[in-house]
Amino acid sequence: MSALLSITGLHKRFGGLVAVNDLSFALAEGEIVGLLGPNGSGKTTALNMISGFLRPNAGSILLDGEAIGGLPPARISHKGVARTFQLVRALPSLSVAENVVAALAFRREPLWGATATTEAARLLSRVGLAGRENQSAASLTYIDLKRMELARALAADPKLLLLDEWLAGLNPTELRQGIDLIASLRTGGITILLVEHVMDAVRALCDRCIVMNAGVKIADGHTQDVLQAPEVVRAYLGDADA
Amino acid sequence: MSGRTMLGFIAALAAFALLAAAPFFAGPYPLGLLIGISGYAVLATAWSMFSGPTRYVSLATVAFFGLGAYTVGVLSDTLPYPLVLLAAAGVGLLVAVVVGLATLRLAGVYFVVFTFGLTELIRQLVTWYEVNVTRTLGRYVFLPLGPEHIYWQLLALLAFTLLAWWWVRRSRIGLALRVIGDDEVVAAHSGINITATKVVLFALSAVIMTLAGAIQAPRWTYIEPSIVFNPTISFLTVIMALLGGPNRLFGPLLGAIPLFLLFEWLSANYPNHYSIILGVLFIGIVFLFPQGVLAMIERVATLGRREATP
Repeated sequence: MSALLSITGLHKRFGGLVAVNDLSFALAEGEIVGLLGPNGSGKTTALNMISGFLRPNAGSILLDGEAIGGLPPARISHKGVARTFQLVRALPSLSVAENVVAALAFRREPLWGATATTEAARLLSRVGLAGRENQSAASLTYIDLKRMELARALAADPKLLLLDEWLAGLNPTELRQGIDLIASLRTGGITILLVEHVMDAVRALCDRCIVMNAGVKIADGHTQDVLQAPEVVRAYLGDADA
Repeated sequence: MSGRTMLGFIAALAAFALLAAAPFFAGPYPLGLLIGISGYAVLATAWSMFSGPTRYVSLATVAFFGLGAYTVGVLSDTLPYPLVLLAAAGVGLLVAVVVGLATLRLAGVYFVVFTFGLTELIRQLVTWYEVNVTRTLGRYVFLPLGPEHIYWQLLALLAFTLLAWWWVRRSRIGLALRVIGDDEVVAAHSGINITATKVVLFALSAVIMTLAGAIQAPRWTYIEPSIVFNPTISFLTVIMALLGGPNRLFGPLLGAIPLFLLFEWLSANYPNHYSIILGVLFIGIVFLFPQGVLAMIERVATLGRREATP
């Protein structure tokens, strides 16, 4: 299997703080990989550089062998990267359907008019929002906003999907549905990198996990092995000697 | 096209035909009022085309309006009238693109202040140029155009502006602007070219404002920077659009009618307190109708329906 995403020597500084330090990893096509680590370890910063929200200070990001590091987010989205945000970002003055059409209409192969409306309805029913198309996005609950945001990300027709704590805050039933939904995306051929703190979801979904601490990658491997690795346990729970 | 849209078109067409016939019945004073209302309806509708979805409050309206008037003042002796209008549109477009590329990165209060400063800058530049280079501050505009010709031109421009507004709202670029207005980060991540979208619609709105100034220039006969670059025009445009509601097609137009008449009456009867009353009104409208009167009426109507059907 060839690498869909390949990251080497990625660096990001905010003033004197090094948020991401020499990060390197690769994702194979069709993989679901978890990006774990304590708060402030640089996971979201890494995601932000992949999606183009932040420009790396150094290092390279290749998607399908093509350099995307430092490109503006609109260009990266056209290359096939879509994301959801840690704090949900809805378009409150638009309807639920328009929120999804907003992504359909500006992707690399745009849809518009009746085709876009039909496709938006299909995506919304896939995430469990069937029949809610004409509602105002401002009227949705937090969980439904997350669903809508996922539909919007899928509307971009991505090769690589970045999920930033998409499963956080769901109740057990919703979590079950959420996990099934994400698992079903893989069958559709999408590669997924997810930042997540819900360990049940990580165990259920991820073949592989990458763990970061203080901006540095400290583990990368099969989920079971990684979660038991002493340096990972230490990063989360602190040093026994400390 | 749906039946309702079709009906709306026919109604609008009939209204415009009726309005176009007004000069045959109306005396000079009512015709003057109609010219003033149409002029402001054009400005407010054009303003809301860009500022409604983005919520970027632009005070540069009069910069473009004045540029249009001045282009006519400078060129009306040397070029045929249609070419003068074309030249004015070109000047408006050029300035809008340059200004747009330079400023549309700014948001919120910075954008407001910048657009206000831009107006002053252009006014001072024109004044400096006229005083030092041409050595004439004011200019005379003698064109064989009666008030009814100016009125018809403004009416045509208003029809075009409303159509453009309606078309933009239904088009991809209109959706792009609404997405940008809600959340620029989402817009960028959805593949929207933010700068191009903003500049194109800012320029379209600016060209219309420039033409509104150009068409009205012959009315004054004599123009000078303090008349055609009067910042009150920018403020009035904003209040009118906000009163009617900048996110409804006919909102700015409906806001322009009562406010123009009110300002006419105020400036005739209370010339000394005019600007104080204007300021109070401005504050009142922003506080009472943050989304515009039309949106409020719709909200009240929905509430009424909900109560009627328990």
